[in-house]
Amino acid sequence: MFLINCPYCGERDQQEFKAGGEAHIERPKQPTELSDDEWAEYLFMRKNIKGVQFERWNHAHGCRKWFNMVRDTSNDEIKAIYKMGEKPPSQ
Amino acid sequence: MRNKYSVFSLIKNALSYHENWQRVWKDPTPKKEYDAVIVGGGGHGLATAYYLAKKHNMNNIAVVEKGWIGGGNTGRNTTIIRSNYLWDASAGLYDHALKIWEGLSQELNYNVMFSQRGVMNLAHNLQDVRDLKRRTHANRLNGIDAVYLSTEEVKKFCPIINTSPDIRYPVLGGTLQRRAGTARHDAVAWGYARGADAMGVDIIQNCEVKGIKRNGDSVEGIETTKGFIKTKKVGVVAAGHSSVIANMAGLRLPLESKPLQALVSEPVKPIIDTVVMSNAVHAYVSQSDKGELVIGAGTDDYVSYTQKGSHQIVEGTLNAILELYPIFSRMRMLRQWGGIVDICPDASPILSKTSIKGLYFNCGWGTGGFKATPGSGDLFAHTIANDEPHKLNAAFNLNRFVSGDLVDEHGAAAVAH
Repeated sequence: MFLINCPYCGERDQQEFKAGGEAHIERPKQPTELSDDEWAEYLFMRKNIKGVQFERWNHAHGCRKWFNMVRDTSNDEIKAIYKMGEKPPSQ
Repeated sequence: MRNKYSVFSLIKNALSYHENWQRVWKDPTPKKEYDAVIVGGGGHGLATAYYLAKKHNMNNIAVVEKGWIGGGNTGRNTTIIRSNYLWDASAGLYDHALKIWEGLSQELNYNVMFSQRGVMNLAHNLQDVRDLKRRTHANRLNGIDAVYLSTEEVKKFCPIINTSPDIRYPVLGGTLQRRAGTARHDAVAWGYARGADAMGVDIIQNCEVKGIKRNGDSVEGIETTKGFIKTKKVGVVAAGHSSVIANMAGLRLPLESKPLQALVSEPVKPIIDTVVMSNAVHAYVSQSDKGELVIGAGTDDYVSYTQKGSHQIVEGTLNAILELYPIFSRMRMLRQWGGIVDICPDASPILSKTSIKGLYFNCGWGTGGFKATPGSGDLFAHTIANDEPHKLNAAFNLNRFVSGDLVDEHGAAAVAH
């Protein structure tokens, strides 16, 4: 349990938010041309990093907007928060 | 040679004030090379080593564990054992484990305190009723004991449940698997460790894997905090840390690691002599032999390796517990903890070869791996020894995420995720 600084609403309790998993997984531009392996990679395979991870979050019980977060999964420390479409900080 | 535990050894050691018990396992330094190395000294890893030695005559093997054996999810779960899963593949896998549980204490000469006290799953809405009836039929077609109970039968089997129709989520019925129950989690790890050690397996604790050495598409060995260990076969049984090990080998897995919480109360006199689970309101409870209520909560929805969880998850579970069991309203909780569970998209495990020769993964057990410990070890040992899966774990291969042949067990997995 931790506090999250929503880029639209400010600091709120984590239970207002819904985690949306790994960020920056690009939707395939030509889905019909993907092999089964590439589909599996896109749909199911995840980095699941222990350490600094880029993820998507949604302020589900607030403004309902999506945003990105850089978080250390080994101690739940939030390193950065940035809006959708913005470049991730020092990737 | 191990001394056999018996009533006579107990009396003999009592006479010397229990000061002369033999060490249960050795504390070896790693050899330079092994025929196989198991990464992860939890129940599943130790069971894998035990069956590799016992059934496949692979005695020159080691188990490496970054902490102490059984100190991860083996020591953190709510010890529920059952096999009432929906699909044929899962029924085969989990009932294989349950059948081994039934004779495990005798086989290991170690009391794992397996108690077939029954597991009851409750239905709280019409969809639950339909799903549980379907699952009961599926179980019986697979030769797994299951009965559907009416609300009155639920009340008769476990009288402390509040079956009043005016509660927020009334009990509309339930299923019962009588062969299901609980076991003592630590004893399972210790019993397998003792058995494996007696057959020559090296159990190396405080030894963390730092890298996997590959030669092209084959495994050559592992880098550890105790030096390099050469081996052609590596079986990874690292639960929540499976992805961390996979990343070392340049593999990606379809897993997300999340905290799952549990808690126990102060010990009280026997009040609940079975295990009751409810998916819909997310509450499950049993009572340990010490008298503590053992309560399982849910997972958080974000990836975390912290072995903590969010407070509201526990609060939600306790709300449901209190509604179902008003008698517990003044119980005090003693301890709460989290374990990191590796969750697969289809809520089924992976026991599989990988694209790298000699590298095997046993992971993705998510929120319900303890029940499968003996079966998982047996089948994974078969997979490693023969470089081919056993027919019971063939469906649980890594390739199912490519072929689409998933084993969707979200309904039977008990913890919603």
